[in-house]
Amino acid sequence: MSDEIRDQVKGIIDGEDVALFMKGTPQFVMCGNSHRALEALRRAGAPVTAVDVLPDPRIREELSTLSGWPTIPQVFVRGELVGGADIVEELEASGELEQTLREKLGDGYGKTEERVVTVA
Amino acid sequence: MTDQLEGLLREAFPGDEVAVEDRTGGGDHFQVTVASARFDGLSLIEQHRLVYDALAAPLADGTIHELRIKTRGAS
Repeated sequence: MSDEIRDQVKGIIDGEDVALFMKGTPQFVMCGNSHRALEALRRAGAPVTAVDVLPDPRIREELSTLSGWPTIPQVFVRGELVGGADIVEELEASGELEQTLREKLGDGYGKTEERVVTVA
Repeated sequence: MTDQLEGLLREAFPGDEVAVEDRTGGGDHFQVTVASARFDGLSLIEQHRLVYDALAAPLADGTIHELRIKTRGAS
């Protein structure tokens, strides 16, 4: 079971342009730091794929095992950990987040709609 | 609790500038600031990882509910 969850989490990290693992969903955010990360990504125009870690504690466990990052939220761009809320906010404010998105996703990034995927 | 976190950070970053603020007064939402020469040349991810390492115990046992980190190099 946990292997299945790990595979799903890994699939999202590797397969999505911008993956945001958060508490709650963009429509119903359950944590201040998740909100800060989401808003910073929105300001940068990132095509966010959001994953709620709350439905099953194993999602968070497997995620932190894979990433080596202990807290939620976690933001990945093309499979690479960018950071949590503090780092994403700092990179957005300095313009580095948009630069990273352009480098990794191309100049036309951001045309995809924000979406939510469920790990179960 | 603030003192305990500050102690852990001082142990991990001896002689460096360390500050811990209880953001809500509830003893579980913290803002920590660390300025250290150890951060020079490291990415933000690597800098925050060092802070997480120092606070691994209170992060793992749930003492810290929410953590905000601000790091700064010495130069």
